[in-house]
Amino acid sequence: MIAVGMDLGTQRVKAVVLKDGAVMSRGQAFSGFDPTDAAEQAVEEALKQVHLQKADVAYFVATGSAIEMAPYANSTVSMMSADAKAGIYLFQNARTIIDVGAEEARAVKCDENGVMVDFVVNERCAAGAGTFIEAMARALEVKLEEIGPLSLKAERASPINASCVIFGESDVVSLIHRQESKPEIARAVFDAMADRISSMVHRIGVNPEVIVVGGVAKDVGFIASLNRKLGLNVLIPDYPDYAGALGAALIATSRAKEVQK
Amino acid sequence: MIESSIKSSVEFWRWEEYNRIMPGKKWTSKDLITAGVDVGSVGSKAAIMVNGEAYSWGITRTGSNSPESAKKVLDWALRDTGLKVSDLKYIVGTGYGRVNVPMANKAITEIACHAKGANYIWGSSVRTVLDVGGQDIKAIRSDETGRVVSFLMNDKCAAGTGRGMEVFADLLKIPIEDIGGISLKVDEEPPPVSCTCVAFAKTEAMGLLRKGWSKEKVLAAYTRAMAVRMANLINRVGLEKELVITGGQSKNIGIVSRIEVILGVKCLPMPNWRENGLDPMVAGAFGAALFAKALYEKAQKP
Repeated sequence: MIAVGMDLGTQRVKAVVLKDGAVMSRGQAFSGFDPTDAAEQAVEEALKQVHLQKADVAYFVATGSAIEMAPYANSTVSMMSADAKAGIYLFQNARTIIDVGAEEARAVKCDENGVMVDFVVNERCAAGAGTFIEAMARALEVKLEEIGPLSLKAERASPINASCVIFGESDVVSLIHRQESKPEIARAVFDAMADRISSMVHRIGVNPEVIVVGGVAKDVGFIASLNRKLGLNVLIPDYPDYAGALGAALIATSRAKEVQK
Repeated sequence: MIESSIKSSVEFWRWEEYNRIMPGKKWTSKDLITAGVDVGSVGSKAAIMVNGEAYSWGITRTGSNSPESAKKVLDWALRDTGLKVSDLKYIVGTGYGRVNVPMANKAITEIACHAKGANYIWGSSVRTVLDVGGQDIKAIRSDETGRVVSFLMNDKCAAGTGRGMEVFADLLKIPIEDIGGISLKVDEEPPPVSCTCVAFAKTEAMGLLRKGWSKEKVLAAYTRAMAVRMANLINRVGLEKELVITGGQSKNIGIVSRIEVILGVKCLPMPNWRENGLDPMVAGAFGAALFAKALYEKAQKP
């Protein structure tokens, strides 16, 4: 039985194809101005890899910030519930899932069945999400994938006003003019972001097994800062950016079974 | 070639830098001449006072080097006055860069200076001062002498600050000095935007324009959201009449008029700073120059 989960994020749409609850393939596309079109592309890309067609799919579930634009969706699920479901599937003992995306960050607490019991969201401020890292990488004139490794070379962090993307940008520019070290500036960016995320997570309580998902989980600089802040070694799954789509696909699988009954 | 490339890259955020000598005012060597230098995150202001009366001032953009910005703006304020830095009996530094004002005899926080300066500009009836600076917003309660009673500050977020407004000016390609008036050119207030983050607004505003919103409507929606933030800060510190607004955004009629509507009070009238009135953007420097006078007189007493 084939089930598909789609996560329509602000920057990318991700799709995961499951067969009898096991991952078969993944696909993604830039959301751009037409998330519906992007979702169709992501689903097609994922299905093509395993030589399937839309007609083979028993059930589609959509999640993400552009959920109302989702094509094919038989039903939808909240981003928090999708995170919880994926978290427990990826790491059986995980009870706290941190999801850091392009424009939003969330922390979700779940029970042993992957059912969400509490959550907290940062959605109104770019300083707590991937946008912040992108803006700072631009100001530092380094590629997005370079800023993380760069920050690991620093012993300390530069003093910058990293509470706001707008202020951070101008601070970084003046630090560069003063020829401050780029690694130390990069480290300051991640420390500030980890600070925000960590205080957000503490609002719902931290369990020892914390997993981090979302596109920003791939950034080694952010994870190093977050580990220092939380005093933990957080768990990162393979393909952390597909966690939302995976959760949606897992829910699609169980809903398809219910329908078949 | 160079000239045309400069013309094509208009800097919409760039506000007017200027200096002013109060008409009809004179100084003599017997007068007590003091100065206040307010090095803000975005703008630097310097005021010269003769016996505690405003004599001249200057406003420039703060550069990346605070001591240089302080020197530059003080030179502006002294220009064409016949005064030299050595004629100044006492100088107080204030603002974000106050510890980097090399010629200052003392540094005093901008909160104290703005309360004092607002009291000087508008008189002893002022009880609440909203100072909207380049990088922070402060709501200050003061007594009839201009002394600070309490204050609240937002310095973690660009929403509502002068820097945030500069981003909008650039984004919508409207000169910063016009955005207040343009934001009022709507038949009715549009629905407020849900998110005030200036970084997100860069993309959200483009989306609204694509949906067919006019620039005026987009600006109205964001200006309203910024005014709500400022009004909330005033309410939290406790609004007591009379209310005045200082800092660069005191010149933004779109912000000022919306704050008045939200709070249901009128601010004391804005001085005609373009003619011969005092400039509310210089309030902190006026306050600093007044503190300078008091500190000098205190030091002279045996």
